[in-house]
Amino acid sequence: MIDNINYINNGDNNKIDKIIEVNNLVKKFKNITAVNDISFNVFKNEIFGFLGPNGAGKTTTINIICTLLPPTSGTVRLNNYDVNKDKYKIRNSIGLVFQDPTLDDRLTAMENLNFHALLYDVPFKEIKKRIDEVLEMVDLLKRKKDLVRNFSGGMKRRLEIARGLIHYPKVLFLDEPTIGLDPQTRNRIWEYIIKLKREKDITIFLTTHYMEESEICDRIAIIDEGKIAALNTPENLKKIAGSDIITIISEDNSRLINYLKENFSIATEIHKENEVRFEVKDSSKFIPSFIRHCPVKILSINARKSTLNDVFLNLTGKEIRDENASSKEMMRIHARARMRR
Amino acid sequence: MRKELLGVYTIWLRDIKKFFRDRPRIIGSIAQPALFLFVLGSGLASSFQLFGGGGGQQFLAFMFPGIISMTVLFTAFFSAMSIVWDREFGFLKEVLVSPISRTSIVVGKNLGGSTVAMIQGLIILAFAPIVKININIISILKLVPATFLAAMAVSSFGIALAAKLKSMQAFQVLTNFILMPMFFLSGALFPLTNAPQWLKFLARINPLSYSVDMLRTIIIGKNITQLHPLNIDILVTLGITAVMSAIGIILFNLQD
Ligand SMILES: Nc1ncnc2c1ncn2[C@@H]1O[C@H](COP(=O)(O)OP(=O)(O)OP(=O)(O)O)[C@@H](O)[C@H]1O
Ligand SMILES: [Mg+2]
Repeated sequence: MIDNINYINNGDNNKIDKIIEVNNLVKKFKNITAVNDISFNVFKNEIFGFLGPNGAGKTTTINIICTLLPPTSGTVRLNNYDVNKDKYKIRNSIGLVFQDPTLDDRLTAMENLNFHALLYDVPFKEIKKRIDEVLEMVDLLKRKKDLVRNFSGGMKRRLEIARGLIHYPKVLFLDEPTIGLDPQTRNRIWEYIIKLKREKDITIFLTTHYMEESEICDRIAIIDEGKIAALNTPENLKKIAGSDIITIISEDNSRLINYLKENFSIATEIHKENEVRFEVKDSSKFIPSFIRHCPVKILSINARKSTLNDVFLNLTGKEIRDENASSKEMMRIHARARMRR
Repeated sequence: MRKELLGVYTIWLRDIKKFFRDRPRIIGSIAQPALFLFVLGSGLASSFQLFGGGGGQQFLAFMFPGIISMTVLFTAFFSAMSIVWDREFGFLKEVLVSPISRTSIVVGKNLGGSTVAMIQGLIILAFAPIVKININIISILKLVPATFLAAMAVSSFGIALAAKLKSMQAFQVLTNFILMPMFFLSGALFPLTNAPQWLKFLARINPLSYSVDMLRTIIIGKNITQLHPLNIDILVTLGITAVMSAIGIILFNLQD
């Protein structure tokens, strides 16, 4: 395993403006330590991502930064306000799209936005204009006067993002903005987020457990069991994981493992579905010499560039989306669908 | 301050909008009291006749303010409980993360629920001629603040409870074991004047009995079933509203 230190790179703290500063944050619920002594900064105008499996502590951290939960210990500042002292100033400067839906589905899209705009004291004269502006951004302008209960899941999610923007927050938090949506809708939501960053003076803090999605971030923190395992740009994280991933299925995997060990000093073991998986620096050089003397019959061989998934696997020793996690998530989505009836 | 008032207004407005949008609810709010008044009320009144009591018409006149009280009290209580609903469906989080103080949220919710309850209570006045009760403009002018006050008392009580409730099931339990007994002992459906001492005692410590008594005295004037002088009813109801609102505000602020 690669030394974790290599992964931590907070950037040059003095050069760039920090908008969120988290130092030694700990959050305990009775006997669970949900967040276990984490420290990181988020810089102005970046997209910062939290990537981690179910129960890693992502939502808990967001709730603390957004003043919805008190920290057990540590300091958290947003826009230079302390979460314990200046709650209302922080609430004023953030937009938050919660992991679970929080729309009033008995109101129309416009009424939901109007409610929000009034609570955040958007000037009366501006409200109409801004409602149209944010609805336009998420392609819902035509549905302005429709009841939210008649919206699809993806439309609701987009409306929530629009709502989070209507008071022009300094930081927009998106807790799993694409959870439970089909790939097409997911792509569209990511397009909005990228557009947002391009067009507005805004910092985006998002969480996800989809690897591909976290690659749109400027920087990613990989979080697992309440700890930050790595923090860097997606490119650097992949670079450090480096190398190519080779997956082989052979007639005799244990002999194959021996062969790899003796001839190439590669220590590996059998992964799921009877594959043998390992990393090499350069697969195009490795494969020819490997094939030449290989003592077992190869059924399949596959080489690919490493992804963040591999980084995650490397750091935490587990897949970010194992079977358990995804079935748990499905249950959550179903439970939510039932609630929304 | 302006911001907080705006917040109160926003929260209030949502309840009002949702009320006027909800046709089944409006129809129900007329149909249910009508059912109580004409089916239960007339049935009971005629059964008194059967047992030789007479006074059937007087009983209907007695029951009419009781039905208005019932509507006001239940509407106010359920409106307050919509906080639990909002918590379960997530909308409460949207409100709690906004830069509006917890106090304004509680006040806005209370005013919203009370306004709706007042409107529903006043709608029922339309049945007055059918039970042969004279309602003049003066009594309507008195009833507007009176129903609102009665609603505020229950609503603030409901909000204080809702601060602690995490599920709709808990709410069902509360309705059955707290609200219903309080309602039965409020004098809304049967007079407590002749009741045994222990029942009278329970009625006296039951906050709802003061609101019911207040509304009844305003609607049918001085009557044999009256429990307290009107000003006592008003003072006690005001007192309950103040104490319960304070508790609700404190509980919500503590959770912040
Ligand atoms: N209010 C709470 N009371 C007790 N435990 C809690 C509470 N909120 C969160 N936890 C626990 O804290 C841990 C972290 O939860 P959190 O919701 O932050 O995870 P997450 O990274 O957002 O996961 P997911 O991807 O499933 O949303 C979990 O073990 C969870 O059970
Ligand atoms: Mg979460």
